[in-house]
This record gives sequence, C-alpha cells and structure tokens, in this order.
Amino acid sequence: MNFSLTKEQELFQQMIRDFAENEVKPLAAEVDEQERFPIETVEKMAKIGIMGIPIPKQYGGAGGNNLMYSMAVEELSAVCGTTGVIVSAHTSLCAAPILEHGTEEQKQKYLPKLASGEWIGAFGLTEPNAGTDAAGQQTTAVEDGDNYIINGSKIFITNAEYAHVYVIFAMTDKSQGTRGITAFIIEKGTPGFSFGKKEKKMGIKGSATNELIFENCVLPKTNMLGKLSKGFGIAMKTLDGGRIGIAAQALGLAQGAINETVKYVKERKQFGRAISAFQNTQFQLADMNTKTEASRMLVRKAAYKKDNKIAYSVDAAMAKLYAAETAMEVTNKAVQLHGGYGYTREYPVERMMRDAKITEIYEGTSEVQRMVISANMLK
Amino acid sequence: MKIVVCIKQVPDTTEIKIDPKTGTLIREGVPSIINPDDKGGLEMALQLKEEKGAHITVITMGPPQADLILREAFAMGADRAIHLTDRKFAGADTLATSYALAGALKKLDFDLLITGRQAIDGDTAQVGPQIAEHLDLPQVSYLEDLKFDGEKTFTMKRHIEEGYQILEVEAPCVVTVLSSANTPRYMSVGGIVDAYQKEVEVWGKDQIDVDETLLGLKGSPTSVHKAFARGLKPAGELYEVDTDEAVGIIINKMKEKFIL
Ligand SMILES: Cc1cc2nc3c(=O)[nH]c(=O)nc-3n(C[C@H](O)[C@H](O)[C@H](O)COP(=O)(O)OP(=O)(O)OC[C@H]3O[C@@H](n4cnc5c(N)ncnc54)[C@H](O)[C@@H]3O)c2cc1C
Ligand SMILES: Cc1cc2nc3c(=O)[nH]c(=O)nc-3n(C[C@H](O)[C@H](O)[C@H](O)COP(=O)(O)OP(=O)(O)OC[C@H]3O[C@@H](n4cnc5c(N)ncnc54)[C@H](O)[C@@H]3O)c2cc1C
Repeated sequence: MNFSLTKEQELFQQMIRDFAENEVKPLAAEVDEQERFPIETVEKMAKIGIMGIPIPKQYGGAGGNNLMYSMAVEELSAVCGTTGVIVSAHTSLCAAPILEHGTEEQKQKYLPKLASGEWIGAFGLTEPNAGTDAAGQQTTAVEDGDNYIINGSKIFITNAEYAHVYVIFAMTDKSQGTRGITAFIIEKGTPGFSFGKKEKKMGIKGSATNELIFENCVLPKTNMLGKLSKGFGIAMKTLDGGRIGIAAQALGLAQGAINETVKYVKERKQFGRAISAFQNTQFQLADMNTKTEASRMLVRKAAYKKDNKIAYSVDAAMAKLYAAETAMEVTNKAVQLHGGYGYTREYPVERMMRDAKITEIYEGTSEVQRMVISANMLK
Repeated sequence: MKIVVCIKQVPDTTEIKIDPKTGTLIREGVPSIINPDDKGGLEMALQLKEEKGAHITVITMGPPQADLILREAFAMGADRAIHLTDRKFAGADTLATSYALAGALKKLDFDLLITGRQAIDGDTAQVGPQIAEHLDLPQVSYLEDLKFDGEKTFTMKRHIEEGYQILEVEAPCVVTVLSSANTPRYMSVGGIVDAYQKEVEVWGKDQIDVDETLLGLKGSPTSVHKAFARGLKPAGELYEVDTDEAVGIIINKMKEKFIL
C-alpha cells in the first residue's frame, strides 16, 4: 500500500498546476461569461500533450496513465470546470473507446490526430428519449451494401461543433433491445450529419453542448466500432472510464472552491477580526477538506485499478457519486462562507457552484451510480 | 550542432533566508526550481534545436536533489544530462564552482555553451564568464537573442544598459542568457513520462579533469564574513515648501551625505 505519488507524477503535477494557473485560470471567468469554447486553451494543451495523456506513444500519445490523466482533469477543473470536461470527454469518451475497441486501422487513423489534439473527440449516446435509460436508443443504422445509413439524433453532446470525430450509438436491430445497439465512428463533415441547437446551460458554459442530427447519413462499414450488436457494452465500459474523468472534474471543482475560500476567510473581517477566526468557519473548512480528500482517494483508487487492469467499474461509480456530491456541497459552503460577495460573479465560487451541479448528472446521474454500486452488493 | 547548457537548482523565492550563524542560505522547506536565467538559456537551446537541429546536453553541479531539474530539462526536450555531484564539491564559491564545471566541460565536445546570466540565490553573475576563462573560449554575456547561420557563426543581441549590441561570434563560444530572452516552454506530458526512464549521468571528481585542491570549500578563496538582511529604511522626511527652498534643502542633504 502506497499513498505517495511517484517522482514522475510529482513532476507532472507541478507542470499541470503551473499550466492551469498561468494559462487556464486567467480565462475562466471570461469563458463562462461569454459562453465561449476556449479553443486557444485546447491548442496550448495539445502542444504539450494534455489531449493524449493515457494514449500509448505508438499512437502519438504521451504514454501516461489514467492516474496522470485524472490528476490533469483535477488540476484544470480546480481553476476552470469547462476546460476539465473538454479534456475528459475528448479523452475518456472518444479516444479511449477507439483505443480499446478499434481495429488497428481505426487506431492508426484516429488516435494520432486525437492524441495530438489536432482533432477533438466527442461521444453521442444520449437521445431525447434515451437518457438514464440509454437502452431506449431510437437512432437507427440500416445496412446498405458496404454502408450503414444512420437516421436519428443525439442531444446534450459535449464538444459538439468543436469536435472532429464522434463515437456514436445506433440500433442495428430494434427487435434485440440492448443487444441490437452498435457503435460507430463518425467524422464531422460526413454528408447527412449536422448540428442542432446549442444548449444554454447553468454551468460549464464554455463547454459546447449541441444536438447531433443524422439524416440519411452514409457511413462505410469500416466505421463500425467493435462488433455488430456490441454497442451497449462498449457504451457502458466507456462510461466506466469516463466516470473517473468526471469524478476528477468534481474533485477539482471542490478543491478549487476550497483554495478560494481559504484565501477569502483570512482576508474578510467582521466583528473586528478575520472570519477565519470563527469556529464555524474553521469547522466548515475542516469538513470541506476532509470530504474532498476522501474524494481524491476514491478517484485515485479507481484510476489505479484501471491502470492495473483490475475491475474498477464500482470504484469509478463510487468515486463519481462521492466526488460529485462533495463538489456540490463544498462549492455551496464556499459560497456561504463568501457571504453576499460569493453570490456575485466578482468571486469564482459562484461559477464553481454552477459548474459543480452537472457532475451529479452527466455520465450517469448520482442515482445511476447508486444503482451500479448496490447492484454489485446484492448480486 | 552540439549545445551544452549549465543549469542550477535554486530556491523558488526572492526572499532567501540566510542562517545568521553560518551566513549561508537556508534551503530547507523552500521549493526548488531551475534558475530562471538558465531556463531561458535552455529554451534558447531548444529553439535552436527546432530550427537548425542540435543535440542538447544539460549539466548541473549540486547535491543529489538537483537530479530533479535535470529530469525537468529532459521533459522540456534536452537529450543528455550530467549531474556533477561529490562531497568534494561542497561549499564551493563561484571560482570553485566554475572550475569544477569547466573540468567536466573539457570532457564534452560542444559548439555553444550556454549559462544563465546569474543565479537568483548567489546573484554574482560570475560563473558563466569564469567558465569561459577556464576554457579559454570567447564569451558574450547578457544575451537577449541568438541566431545561428547553420555553419559556424552566431549573431547575438546583447543587452547593455544604454541599449543593444549586435555581435557575430564563431563557434565554439560561451554565452550567458537573460530570462527575458524568451518564455520557456512547459514540460511536455510525454517528456515527463520519459524523463525518469532516461539516464542521468552522475559524475564525481574522478570523472572530470581537475586538481582536487581547487575544488569545494578548500578551493574557494571567498569566505563569507557576515551575511545580514538589510534593515528597513526609515520613513522619508516631508517638507511643504516652495521650489527655491526645496532645492536648498536637497543640496544640504546631499552635502550631509557627502554626495556633493
Ligand atoms: C451539459 C451536459 C453534457 C452532456 N454531455 C453528454 C455527452 O457528451 N454525451 C452523451 O451521450 N450525453 C451527454 N449528456 C447527457 C447526460 O448524460 C444525461 O443528461 C444523463 O444521463 C441523464 O439523462 P436525462 O437527462 O435524460 O435524464 P433522465 O434520464 O430523464 O433522468 C431524470 C431524473 O430521473 C432519475 N432517474 C431516471 N431513471 C431512474 C431510475 N431507474 N431510478 C431512479 N431514478 C431514475 C435520474 O437520476 C434523474 O434524476 C450531457 C448532459 C448535459 C446536461
Ligand atoms: C559570497 C558567496 C559565498 C558562498 N558561500 C557558499 C557556501 O558557503 N556554501 C555553498 O554551498 N555555496 C556557497 N556559495 C554558492 C554559490 O552560490 C555557488 O558557487 C554558485 O554555484 C555560483 O554562484 P552564483 O549562484 O552566483 O551563480 P552565478 O555566477 O550567478 O551563475 C551564473 C550561471 O552559471 C551557471 N551555474 C552557476 N552555478 C552552477 C552550478 N552549480 N551548476 C551548473 N551551472 C551553474 C548557471 O548557468 C548560472 O545561471 C557562495 C557564493 C557566494 C557568492
């Protein structure tokens, strides 16, 4: 049992913190206020390998692991939740399933571009009538010679218009339910593939969230990801990995809110002393920090298990459930400790609280995580 | 082209604490970084490598912990790293430091040797020029920019108080670089993954070309008599007077302080 980071991980943490502080933090408020996708940040991240952390070197990635990847999402999210989810969706939901389930040809074609950040990746599972119940897919893929014809739509898709490649799911055999779902890789610009409305969101406002529309979209069979009818399993496995990323995002948001709050309570004076002198402030901070540290342990444990090829799906669910609920609680307390100032956009905790909420919803709501955890206990 | 960059590990603070008893720096508890001017020098080398192709060796003299900055240099793109470390090097002043470094550099083949202008802890700006003297090489200090013609000649922009000098110098030569020359790149993720898989060559006094009596504390003519933090200046004096009277007061004050 070892709770220390390796020297390599420490060096990595130092670099990513510097990067987050100097390149990401200065843009966070603006990106939120203007609901603007921070493309310049993506370019900077691409240059130093942040868009391909756990992708092996042979496919143009950095050759790092999931622990490093989770640390990166944590540090980025500590200053900007938007930037955290851009990296998370790109890495966990697009590059990872191609790496895991793609043919050698598909890996050669997509991974170097994704890992270098030249291309951004996205993932389309959710539909208007298939959210938590992802099995209720209505998008269809009909075989036509060497092609599949895709019809349907996906909603709430992260990275949307800014992405170049999408892992999507469609029904190849409606009569088979979840056993009739197949995964495909689709590129932007494919005829029949367009974008629908852009969502106006509560938080992570710089992250692009759009509808994907497929109208008689012709995809060659070589774009099938994994085997025919194996799509549902691929989606669930992909989400297991993605939950580590979102848990890390939640963890970062909580830590970021703590960092801001510790600074603030030492400066703000009421009743002739810093508000940090009140025992209530101290106890709130103690609880915030303890829960955040517990989240960190869960996130790192899940990442460690994934890196070491140990079944981690329950660990990822626990990490996401706990880190997300902690992020909500901690950012809420952070606003409370900032008083009225915390409710204004003068201070970043207001944004952090809005950003935190989504971590309880996407990639499986907290209720879904509880289902995963308890199902494993009762099986 | 072969480039060697001298990098030094320094405490990451401008408020260096000094042990009042020994007069030396207290390094415990202060995070360590690559000296900023040296990082600028390394970035300059990395840019030359990208433009013209080059092999970059970084070298540091320092305690075992200095390994960290060599790993960082690997992660930024350096090709080879040498760590000079030996108990015999301990307590070196600038002369003994530059002497040991020169002893190691004699073993290396290079066209360009880059050092920082000065280290933020010692702040003497002596080591670079001293190395050039030990090696009998031409030197240009305070560089803001450097271009290479791809053959033998460097064009350098040297920052001086009144402006700039543009010089042409032939390889091999020694330059000292200012941190304002560029913005150093971040370590890359892939570079970090590789940094601990690469070998840092560790050299002691026996691996280099030196006379042992000129190393470390023994070889250091500098002895620190006393080191102290400068006290705060008292608040200034304020006079509300007209211009003529003010000039008179200023002249008297300057005479008092023997400035006039
Ligand atoms: C900003 C944003 C980004 C997103 N990005 C992506 C993306 O990139 N790709 C993608 O595919 N999707 C994405 N999503 C979709 C997201 O994963 C879904 O919104 C989420 O899975 C919930 O589905 P739903 O919205 O349909 O909610 P519903 O499924 O309608 O859920 C509503 C409520 O009912 C609860 N509930 C549902 N079923 C049960 C049950 N059986 N037992 C108990 N409670 C239940 C839920 O927990 C929730 O509280 C994104 C969503 C948002 C808002
Ligand atoms: C008065 C005085 C007393 C000192 N006493 C002690 C002492 O008691 N004990 C002790 O341990 N040290 C002592 N030093 C340490 C001194 O800081 C080192 O000798 C130092 O390496 C060189 O001086 P500097 O920091 O001023 O470097 P500068 O001359 O300012 O550095 C210029 C450049 O030379 C290169 N360089 C300098 N040092 C190194 C290095 N070690 N490895 C690689 N490149 C390098 C870098 O590129 C740097 O940017 C003393 C220094 C002074 C001035």
